[in-house]
Amino acid sequence: MIVDIFNEIVSILSYVIPVMVALLIVSLGGLFSERSGVINIALEGIMVMGGFVGAMSMYLMLYIIGLPIQLAVFLAFIVGALVGAGFSFFHAFASVSMQSNQIISATALNLFATALGLFVARTFFGYRRINVDESYRFDVPFLSEIPILGDLLFKNAFLSTYIGIVLLIVVIVILYKTRFGLRLRSCGENPHAADSLGVDVGRMRYAGVMISGLLAGLGGVVFMIAFQNRFESDVRGFGFLALALLISGQWRPQRIFLISILFALMRVVASRGDSIMGLRALEVPTDFFRMLPYILTLVVLAFTSKHSRAPEAIGEPYDTGKR
Amino acid sequence: MEHAIEMLNITKEFPGIKANDNVSLRVRKGEIHALLGENGAGKTTLMSILFGLYRADEGEIRLNGERVHIRNPNDANDYGIGMVHQHFKLVNRFTVAENIVLGAEDTRRGFLVYDKAIARIKELSEKYKLNIDPYARVRDISVGHQQRVEILKMLYRDAEILILDEPTASLTPQEIDELMGILQTLSDEGKSVVFITHKLEEIRRVADRVTILRDGEQVGTVEVAETSNEELAKMMVGREVVFRIDKTHAVGDQPVLEAENLRVYSHTFRKDVVRDVSFDVRAGEILVIAGIEGNGQSELIYGLVGLNPLTHGRIRLNGEDITNSSIRERSLHGISHIPEDRQRHGLILDFPLEYNMILQSYFQPPFQHRGFLQFDQIRNHTQRLIENFDVRSSSGPTSLARSLSGGNQQKAILAREIDRNNNLLIAVQPTRGLDVGAIESIHKHLIAERDDNKAVLIVSYDLNEVFTLADRILVIYEGQNVGILDPRETTESELGLYMSGSKRADAA
Repeated sequence: MIVDIFNEIVSILSYVIPVMVALLIVSLGGLFSERSGVINIALEGIMVMGGFVGAMSMYLMLYIIGLPIQLAVFLAFIVGALVGAGFSFFHAFASVSMQSNQIISATALNLFATALGLFVARTFFGYRRINVDESYRFDVPFLSEIPILGDLLFKNAFLSTYIGIVLLIVVIVILYKTRFGLRLRSCGENPHAADSLGVDVGRMRYAGVMISGLLAGLGGVVFMIAFQNRFESDVRGFGFLALALLISGQWRPQRIFLISILFALMRVVASRGDSIMGLRALEVPTDFFRMLPYILTLVVLAFTSKHSRAPEAIGEPYDTGKR
Repeated sequence: MEHAIEMLNITKEFPGIKANDNVSLRVRKGEIHALLGENGAGKTTLMSILFGLYRADEGEIRLNGERVHIRNPNDANDYGIGMVHQHFKLVNRFTVAENIVLGAEDTRRGFLVYDKAIARIKELSEKYKLNIDPYARVRDISVGHQQRVEILKMLYRDAEILILDEPTASLTPQEIDELMGILQTLSDEGKSVVFITHKLEEIRRVADRVTILRDGEQVGTVEVAETSNEELAKMMVGREVVFRIDKTHAVGDQPVLEAENLRVYSHTFRKDVVRDVSFDVRAGEILVIAGIEGNGQSELIYGLVGLNPLTHGRIRLNGEDITNSSIRERSLHGISHIPEDRQRHGLILDFPLEYNMILQSYFQPPFQHRGFLQFDQIRNHTQRLIENFDVRSSSGPTSLARSLSGGNQQKAILAREIDRNNNLLIAVQPTRGLDVGAIESIHKHLIAERDDNKAVLIVSYDLNEVFTLADRILVIYEGQNVGILDPRETTESELGLYMSGSKRADAA
């Protein structure tokens, strides 16, 4: 009985962790942009773009060059991240240099990414998808032999899991322990204060937006590999979910991490609720499970946004004339 | 004597206005120099040129005798010039230390370290008696302390010249006392201080010399000790100013507003900050609520006008119970309100003046007809108020409220509230932050309202204003009514005793 329950937990976790990591990475991306003062609802589009170019490069590396799987995955992560950073440059240019409305410029990126992905996939592959169907899970040598912990964390794992955890720590350190982080946060809270002390607000915001592109692009590839094994011109609203996570997490990395676990759990319940032992016994219609993450998002947002701790200058183009 | 700053023949033109016209300012080393002028006289422009925010069209700047070019605030910083702006440039969520080091952080192996900075902040804080805790979060400390953090920011960067733009505008009287002490210490330590103000009292207390500007032109520079307040006011306004308006004492008859045992809850303090206050305001009198700021006056007014609910008590207006009426109902019943925070509760800053003038009446004829706004009527109405109340703006009814100076914003609100068909006028700190010319005009209007047999209720923290306006004085201490006084039989020091809680009338 205890062994059964343990196996069930291991199996649930093996689904939850990859979802959590994808959400976490993209959300941390959004964090950089928004803490610098620029709203970034383009996360979705940037993920699509990263996933799309990532899938193409995976296809190239696996089937034409013939690289080993994990190396190809790692390189695809880098490609996706760079593409995301490049793509987000447009958002930075529009919202920082041109001081345009940040929602509109991000929406343009969202529309464009999906359309371009679809167009290119159809042109080159004949379908609206790019298939890179491989088994990406692997057992970490030695560590997977550890009893219990090995089963939970190091067996059947994705490379992205470890990247995500390292990223979380790196982000916390950068944001709170470095000069760059302090200056970035000051631009999101009071750019006039930052400017009056010689901090280049424009440069900081470019950096914030492009780092968010870097992480969202990476997240796009992570999503593609962990969920679909193919690129399908969309990321099922994960970019927007990451945004909801950012708000529920009150723009703080530690909280974002905790909430990402909750959201991922709900997401897994939604897609596999009927195959989880305990839940199947409840005999609830599967539609109910499918609704859960969305309802939860609404509920969590309703409760957390009341005490919103958004950066004070978020969404405001910085205009030196107003000082 | 050597001059720390010489700004010579400075001219600066903005489209349509000459903000500075051939102005010269000389500040000696270690001196406290005041820059006096009405709102819009060009004081802030002149200081912004010194701090590198603007560049002068003509003229030159010398520091310690040497000609310099200050292109931006960073240059100013390098020359040892620091400025405290009227609106503080602080990150509320950061600690004091983080705010101070921002832009000049110490790092060790790429990571931020604060030990040296904190030691330095503590040392400076002690030397200049600033009493600042470097670990406190800025949003948790008082406005007065926030200002000191701004001063510390300059000292941390080794500023020798400190510019303060209307430093007392948002301070309580006690904080002003403390600031004056700090300025004195700074000058004793050899720093040169320039502060912008339109308050003569402050100049008299700390400044060595004063330069007066009017309409962008320099009227003169004088030694404070050798001049009188009357003379300074005349130089600033350009005409004789009456400090105390002669007014007859009035005794009201019919009570217009009757407040019974009011209690008002404050979310900030999580308790009732108005506790069982009862009073009435009668037609044809001015009742002034006196007291030290923060003793529940703001909340009492919120309760009366409906911005905050009462936890207990009853309010009657002309005999009718309005305890549970909405804000609009109260306003339609004849309450006019000139709020304490004119930019937050008095105006919609990004609306033009004309829309601001109909905020409580847009739904009534003649401004509305079959659901549509009547723009001609609105504009004519605004035009009339602008003329009657001398509200000055760049483009009349279509000017954005934000673009008006503080004094004109206040006159606009006053115009709107007086012109409405009211029988009770409530005004909270109606002249806060205004120059003597504007204060005089507002006081005259308030007295005219009383003479028109309206009931007038005023909250003021300024003893001069209390005695200038009051027919009766209600003193509030810790949310309680501690006495109703007759200004003809009360001295300022006696009132002070009531305000500080050391005396209370048994009959209250």
